[in-house]
Amino acid sequence: MADLTGVMHAGRRDLIRLGAGLGAAAALPGVARAQDFVGRTIEWIIPMSVGGGSDTWARFHLPFLNRHMAGNPTIVIRNITGGGGINGTNQFAARARPDGLTILGTTASIQFPFLLGDPRVRYDYANWVPVMASPTGGVMYIRPELGVRGPGDIARLRSASGLKFGSQGPTSLDMVPALAFELLGLDVQVVMGMQGRGQGRLAFERGETPIDYQTSSAYISQVLPLVREGKAVPLCSWGSLNDAGELVRDSNFPDLPHFAEFLQAATGRAPSGPAWEAWKALFVAGFGAQKFVVLPKSTPANLVNAYKEAFRKTIADAEYREKRGPVIGEYNETVGEPADRAYAAATTMAPEVRQWTRDWLQRRFNHTLGRE
Amino acid sequence: MFEALLSALVQLSSPDRLAYMALGVAIGYAIGVLPALGGLAGLSLVLPFIYGLDQVSALAMLTGLVAVAATADTYSSILMGIPGSSASQATILDGFPMARRGEAARALSASFIASMIGGLVGAVILSCAVLVARPLILALGTAELFMLAVLGLSMVGVLAGRSFGKGLVACGLGLALGTIGSAPATAEYRLDFGTLYLSDGLPLPVLVLAIFALPEIVDLARGGGTISKTAELGKGWIAGLRDIARHWWLLLRTSTIGSLLGAIPGLGGSVTDWIVYGHAVQTEKNGQFGKGDVRGVIAVEASNNAREGGALVPTLFFGIPSSGSMAVFLGGMTLIGIEAGPQLVGERLDLTYAIIWSLAIANVMGTGLCFVTSPLIAKLTTIRFGLIAPFMVMIVCFGAFNTSRDAADLYLLLAVGVLGLFMRRFGWPRPPFVVGFVLAQPMETYLYQAVQFYGWSFVERPGVLIIAAMIALFVFIGARQRRLADTDDESDKRGHARPQAIFALVPIAIFAAVLLDATKHSFLGAVFPGMVAAAMLVISIPIALKLAFANDPGSLLHDGEEGADESQGGFWTYLFWFAGLILGSALVGFLLASIVFFLAFLRVAAKCSWTKTLVLTAIANGGLVAVADILVLDFPNGLLQSMIDLPWPLR
Repeated sequence: MADLTGVMHAGRRDLIRLGAGLGAAAALPGVARAQDFVGRTIEWIIPMSVGGGSDTWARFHLPFLNRHMAGNPTIVIRNITGGGGINGTNQFAARARPDGLTILGTTASIQFPFLLGDPRVRYDYANWVPVMASPTGGVMYIRPELGVRGPGDIARLRSASGLKFGSQGPTSLDMVPALAFELLGLDVQVVMGMQGRGQGRLAFERGETPIDYQTSSAYISQVLPLVREGKAVPLCSWGSLNDAGELVRDSNFPDLPHFAEFLQAATGRAPSGPAWEAWKALFVAGFGAQKFVVLPKSTPANLVNAYKEAFRKTIADAEYREKRGPVIGEYNETVGEPADRAYAAATTMAPEVRQWTRDWLQRRFNHTLGRE
Repeated sequence: MFEALLSALVQLSSPDRLAYMALGVAIGYAIGVLPALGGLAGLSLVLPFIYGLDQVSALAMLTGLVAVAATADTYSSILMGIPGSSASQATILDGFPMARRGEAARALSASFIASMIGGLVGAVILSCAVLVARPLILALGTAELFMLAVLGLSMVGVLAGRSFGKGLVACGLGLALGTIGSAPATAEYRLDFGTLYLSDGLPLPVLVLAIFALPEIVDLARGGGTISKTAELGKGWIAGLRDIARHWWLLLRTSTIGSLLGAIPGLGGSVTDWIVYGHAVQTEKNGQFGKGDVRGVIAVEASNNAREGGALVPTLFFGIPSSGSMAVFLGGMTLIGIEAGPQLVGERLDLTYAIIWSLAIANVMGTGLCFVTSPLIAKLTTIRFGLIAPFMVMIVCFGAFNTSRDAADLYLLLAVGVLGLFMRRFGWPRPPFVVGFVLAQPMETYLYQAVQFYGWSFVERPGVLIIAAMIALFVFIGARQRRLADTDDESDKRGHARPQAIFALVPIAIFAAVLLDATKHSFLGAVFPGMVAAAMLVISIPIALKLAFANDPGSLLHDGEEGADESQGGFWTYLFWFAGLILGSALVGFLLASIVFFLAFLRVAAKCSWTKTLVLTAIANGGLVAVADILVLDFPNGLLQSMIDLPWPLR
């Protein structure tokens, strides 16, 4: 095993940090120099388990980051699990130094508890700076027996009896569809305890739940075949954010209306109100800008820029564009201004919207988050 | 279909692809031999290296690794009584007594062949699944999954040992501890005491190591001799083959059951183990199960290799991993650009066949490797245990800590280990405890979901009725068989009643705590743990009363310590050594504590020379650091680390 790993562990963490960093002091502000990272080991903290979505995403990026980062540092992924991602993120918040050698990969289940004021959260997104943002999307679909094809049939969907949805939990990513049902005025029984979206899809295929959604890559590989066989009918995508931060149709599903379109067509008026504000905030944090790579805010600008530059080069890399499909989908990861805008939107929630959402969780699911 | 099957074989048999498969096999073997580390750790290890490999090579490597880990993890189960991974727990019940009796060779050879045949059956079932998996898996709804969990629970009947009451309470204890953490229906946190660690529930691998391995190590260390009481391996290699030939029908049955259960997403691998073992106890005549019956080894080892083939079915065709290692397998597939789903039985069928062939070939390769190396490894059982004990303690701690990488893993290991030690001593059977624990979460989740989806009329579904009939049949057959023995030594040691009565208060206290906690939650969050705790209080209180006050508590009374030879070290001595290591690591971090522990144990307890002590300490801790480096792991921190910033690996 040792010869295998020798490649990845060429320089072993702190023990070898001594000499290499000396030249860095002389660097021009804002400009990264190869010396900053030569022979260094960067730890990329992923607060989720090996093999999961976030882990796979980070591992996909690893060789590109190594290739494009000034000085080609060794990069290792450290999975710190627990508390659905809160544990590892708490540890990053407590320990990461502003030396550019520890980075964090966040995801929806790390953003949500922060936005909702979960008392177990000991991190604050305002203390970090994003160097890359990674979007995804999702599609809501129903069983064909319901006889609903689009927003025009909303009355039939509203009066349908026995609408059920398999959810991973009241404050999970599946809050976004639960709020969508609320906005559409659907009477859906939300059944908790699904371990992963895959189980939810299985319940749909078995006929236990007539309504479901999947994130884009799972929708394309697992549900589209069902759609072609006439066993599922897509209603809408959640949509995606353009560079200006507006909700637009998801380019992966150009023929499907995005949720705001669908909602407007179903209700006959432009969406507004606290439920809509909550949906929007959680959609951005959960899909529109689901994952970020962040560093402590006090990290010197030249180091932060080195990461931005590396991710910018990655996104332009032909091999990356060719291979990203199964991992990221045909979504454009962003760096710089669009990423900063997405970050601001995904990590802030107006106090009154937060309070409304907490009350809604209490009212709808009898779920209390505890005092902040 | 046959053409595609053949062309996949041709694709696979290029030298470089076979080389990658062999590499996977080698890594799976190494990780399997190490106790407490299974396919999950192995896959996590190779994941960083598969990027850039062509798809078939990468699949061959991943599949080879998974296939062999389940064969090689037998070593530690049989030779040391440490579960090789949390998916091969039941092997120790019969395999380890065989090794102690000096029949390690026979047990190993039977288990390797059983593993190989099981693996091949798994590959066959996987290839049949290409045609029929979808309708079959979709036929099993939440109601049927709940009934399968009940089927697992019904095995407690034969796993309970000589006192059925104590077996039930042990099972209830597992169920109760299994409800700690987030409630499936409401996401309320139960008995988490405000900690993130407990909010995830207790980790199964830590629990299994604590309940089985720790008491065994403490017991062996006291004996002072070798693991094999005769200090011999036995010339059983041929005998093992003969066992396989004699019990071919059991082998075939358990392989099939293993791969079918493995194919059901959401049931969990460790349940399969116990269902299969319980099935063997129920159906085999004149069993000496629990005392070193080779059929126990064959049944479990065949099923856990077969299960990997089954587990690939939902992973490949639905994109739903049915275990931790399958989740990593799926992640690996995504990284090399393969999307799981219907296309793997459609346009990418070639990849599915490549996996099936890899599974078959790797199982044969792995078995060969195990046979070639086992005379050497089996010698472990003839080495003085004082020299092995510190290694085993270290490996168990490491395996536990690698589970959630939280220092709390170690404290849990110690706490549950003490519980296990007393359960062993006072004749509370441990298998029902584990069965209860692994079934708590699926039972609660699927019962709740089934009622939500179908209402209580779910009990009238045909699938539910069929499984209910199977349960009734198995329980009926099982009732006429001899039950599992608690220990390999079944002599009548009754001991004093008072300490046993006091220990009987421990489950009562836990049930009371669970019941009390349940009163603080909503109906859906409280109903399952509340009912378990209430029912168990009704059963466990009379047991404690009987132990305390009855003139003759009968079969309830058992104390393995009666007549123990104090000159070999007291009951507490080696527990204190172990507790010292954990306490030390709370003070100065695990690595420093482990070094001190090795030096002290080898010098004082094992009475080694300084040279030997230093060499063994250096080897052990050097190896530990190397593995931690590969796994990108920091050791558990102590008080020292919270005050001073130390460089890795001391950090």
